Amino acid sequence: MNIQEMILTLQKHWSEQNCILVQAYDTEKGAGTMSPMTLLRSLGPEPWNVAYVEPSRRPADGRYGNNPNRLYQHHQFQVIMKPSPDNIQELYLESLVKLGIDPLKHDIRFVEDNWENPTLGAAGLGWEVWLDGMEVTQFTYFQQIGGLEANPVSVELTYGVERLASYIQDKENVFDLEWTDGVTVRDIFYQPEFEHSTYTFEESDTDMLFDLFSKYENEAKRIMEKGLVFPAYDYVLKCSHTFNLLDARGVISVTERTGYITRVRNLARSIAKAYVTERERLGFPMLKKGGEVNG
Amino acid sequence: MANNVLFEIGVEELPARFVDDAEMQLKDKTIAWLNEARISYNSITSYSTPRRISIVIRDIAEVQSTIEEEARGPAVSIAKDEQGQWTKAAIGFAKGQGKTVEDLVEKEVKGKSYVFVTKRIEGKPTKEILPGFKEIITSLTFSSNMRWGEQSLRFARPIRWLVALYGEEVIPFEIAGVRTSNVTYGHRFLGKPTTINDAEEYERILEENYVIADAGKRKTEILNGIKALEEENNYKIIVDNDLLAEVTNLVEYPTVFQGTFEEGFLKLPSDVLIISMKEHQRYFPVKSSDGNLLPYFIGVRNGNGTALQTVVKGNEKVLRARLADAEFFYEEDQKNSIDFYLNKLERVVFQEKLGTVAEKVQRVRNLTQQIAEKLELPNEATKHAIRAAEIGKFDLMTNMVNEFTELQGIIGEIYALNFKEENEVAIALREQYMPTHANGELPATEIGAVLSVAEKIDTIVGIISVGLTPSGSQDPYALRRQAAGVLRILEDRKWKITLEELLKLAFDLYDELDLDKDQDYQDKIYDFFKLRAGFLLKELGIEQDVVQAVLNEEIGNFNYSIEKAKILSNKRQDASFKATEEALVRILNLADKAESNVVNPDLFETDSEKQLYEQYLKSKQPFEFHNDKQEGLKAFEQLELLADPIHQFFDNNMVMADNIEIRNNRLALVSVISVLIREFADLTMIEWKQSF
Repeated sequence: MNIQEMILTLQKHWSEQNCILVQAYDTEKGAGTMSPMTLLRSLGPEPWNVAYVEPSRRPADGRYGNNPNRLYQHHQFQVIMKPSPDNIQELYLESLVKLGIDPLKHDIRFVEDNWENPTLGAAGLGWEVWLDGMEVTQFTYFQQIGGLEANPVSVELTYGVERLASYIQDKENVFDLEWTDGVTVRDIFYQPEFEHSTYTFEESDTDMLFDLFSKYENEAKRIMEKGLVFPAYDYVLKCSHTFNLLDARGVISVTERTGYITRVRNLARSIAKAYVTERERLGFPMLKKGGEVNG
Repeated sequence: MANNVLFEIGVEELPARFVDDAEMQLKDKTIAWLNEARISYNSITSYSTPRRISIVIRDIAEVQSTIEEEARGPAVSIAKDEQGQWTKAAIGFAKGQGKTVEDLVEKEVKGKSYVFVTKRIEGKPTKEILPGFKEIITSLTFSSNMRWGEQSLRFARPIRWLVALYGEEVIPFEIAGVRTSNVTYGHRFLGKPTTINDAEEYERILEENYVIADAGKRKTEILNGIKALEEENNYKIIVDNDLLAEVTNLVEYPTVFQGTFEEGFLKLPSDVLIISMKEHQRYFPVKSSDGNLLPYFIGVRNGNGTALQTVVKGNEKVLRARLADAEFFYEEDQKNSIDFYLNKLERVVFQEKLGTVAEKVQRVRNLTQQIAEKLELPNEATKHAIRAAEIGKFDLMTNMVNEFTELQGIIGEIYALNFKEENEVAIALREQYMPTHANGELPATEIGAVLSVAEKIDTIVGIISVGLTPSGSQDPYALRRQAAGVLRILEDRKWKITLEELLKLAFDLYDELDLDKDQDYQDKIYDFFKLRAGFLLKELGIEQDVVQAVLNEEIGNFNYSIEKAKILSNKRQDASFKATEEALVRILNLADKAESNVVNPDLFETDSEKQLYEQYLKSKQPFEFHNDKQEGLKAFEQLELLADPIHQFFDNNMVMADNIEIRNNRLALVSVISVLIREFADLTMIEWKQSF
């Protein structure tokens, strides 16, 4: 099964579970969790079921396309269900069966792994799912988001698309994976991997990046005060990516690092709060049509 | 016929580290609950897997036992009036107990008469009590809890089914939206939902559904699988007990398998190979009979032998990727020099107020030098210790330690040898982190011990000096463990240096640093160490008052303090010690009044004065000799010789004589003797036990 078919299979499966299929969010980010479709929407009482593929940028993991396992940018297939359904583990396992993984012929395990993202004031409990010893999915019940208690609780499933594909396609090198018939990951992503690594580690203009960080931060604060939650959050994402670029370049010392993370966290927290306030002001619209959303 | 009872809590996979404890809690709480509820039974068996914790109670009584209880009412003088008629108080009491005054009887308690009623509490049918088991489930505690869906209950992981059976009947209750039933679920993939008709069938039904509910049996199965592989292949599987316990609780139906990795990876340091297998993948490593690692690993599948080769192949692929990563890191790391990594330390913050790791290294280096000189280590050893301190943290900047932080020090040793450092220096890099846990191994080399002590004292002094004394569960730098480590090393090494002298060396170094230090940080550090020393002594069975007696002045040479504490603990068992102790304490209590330490023998008026002074002169030198050599028993014998003359002295002299010269002279005598006693211990702290 090629990656394209995998994505289609997962989309179909989660669509059948009443998940809204949305598209990747158009701002750089380190993980699918940071999309407002997850981070903001899992706040508050409104039901929310969604699935999407998220290209995730981790500048420090860039290896010029030379490493068989590490990428500047990989893909996550992200599912959020709020409130978490009682049969979520079964729904997840069904999705693996649809990807051609027969549980009787493999060893599928839920191994404790608690997740925490201090930058976003987020924490959850759950597992990494092992497929014959390989971690293929992060499975988390959110307990706290943006410093706020998650109630009801959302469950987040994050499939590592390339990881899973390397198992399904039995490939040792991520660049050998078939995206679709006759087209490999190398064909599509090798050049950007190489160039982004070069940019990240050699060519980025760090003065400019420091400058951008402050500007993004100020803009986020400015428009937060106007109650514009989503635009403010976009600037937080930009801050986060800019910080990741600087960090990968090795120009942020450990002390400064804590300082930057605190700045992003404070922004994320105030946005989380503002989001809930804003939804409340709107009367939690999704709550009213909760029946429809939940199916 | 008595019924059996079954409770099973079905959950999404519990963290492996919770499983044993959850089973134990369930069992203990059930036993306590049944006792409290006065329900008898024949036996209780508990079970646990990652997906269930359960309990079977055999032959439970059908009703609670009936008991008679006496309730005491008012005193007869209040219960009856002058005419001997029942008062309102008596009537009220009887009524309150559901009885009438006819039921009241009089009984004497400690010479006073009271009225009593005897109440019979009829046992209720067990069936009515059993739904109360719900409270047991919700009272289980875990180190981390979660909520799920729209439920408000906090539990280790979501509860998905509940079995509650009394005989054939379902015991009705509901937790977090889950109702009890008689249906259990077997292995996630191999089992089927199955109805249980009697608790007696529970273990068998689960086994038919590929669940071995008894954790002990699962562990045995794994060990049998391991043994079979060992015999078949004539090698040795390294079974770490913690890992075995964890793996046992990661599976419901274990199947042990062997995987292989490329021989080329064997050139990696064995610690790296072992940690790659154990830490991330939960595999057991394999050794040849001559102790070398072999290119195999042992895994445990959660399931049966179906398509086992696919599982093996998958696991091999994962390990191969991990080892390839490790190999890459190892080779990359060799391309640089120790200096390269040391330079990087200048950019890593150790603690905000204490600066970078490079600055810490500098402090540890200076302290190491001071300690080595104080201990008068040979020049060569001092040189090695200083070198070890200088490069002590270089490995923190390597790819390998970045990936496997638990290899700090171990990688330091391996790489230092690769980089042609002296053997002694390399070993010290590893030993500086010892002991790594409460009863962990101590440094085997003196250089390692010096570095370990210097490194720990610097951390403790640094962190506390900037106001971060551990409190409650807050001890992010593990200062308590490190302080205990310092003391254990001092005990082990028997160096002629007191803890206070060691700390003084660190304080002097810190005084020169421009840091934002707390005013009274030195006192806080002394107190902190005293507390740790006290705990260590108590672990040896020393009682609190003896601990205070030996630590009240200072911790001193810790090994000697331990010896003195043991001597005092033994002596106090002996009735004759009381007289000695009293004598010495009389001296200590009076010594404060002394204004001088100069005894003038010409001013003695009585024989007893002279005798005490003579005994003091006789004892002083041998006491100091033995005390100095840390021969506690012999030193204390000299103090014991003083006891009798002290009693004579107090019995025959007015110390506080009217003549000031004589008074001061007597006080001076008391004072010089007190100095000896205090060198040994502050005996005023010792409390007398009833038995004497």
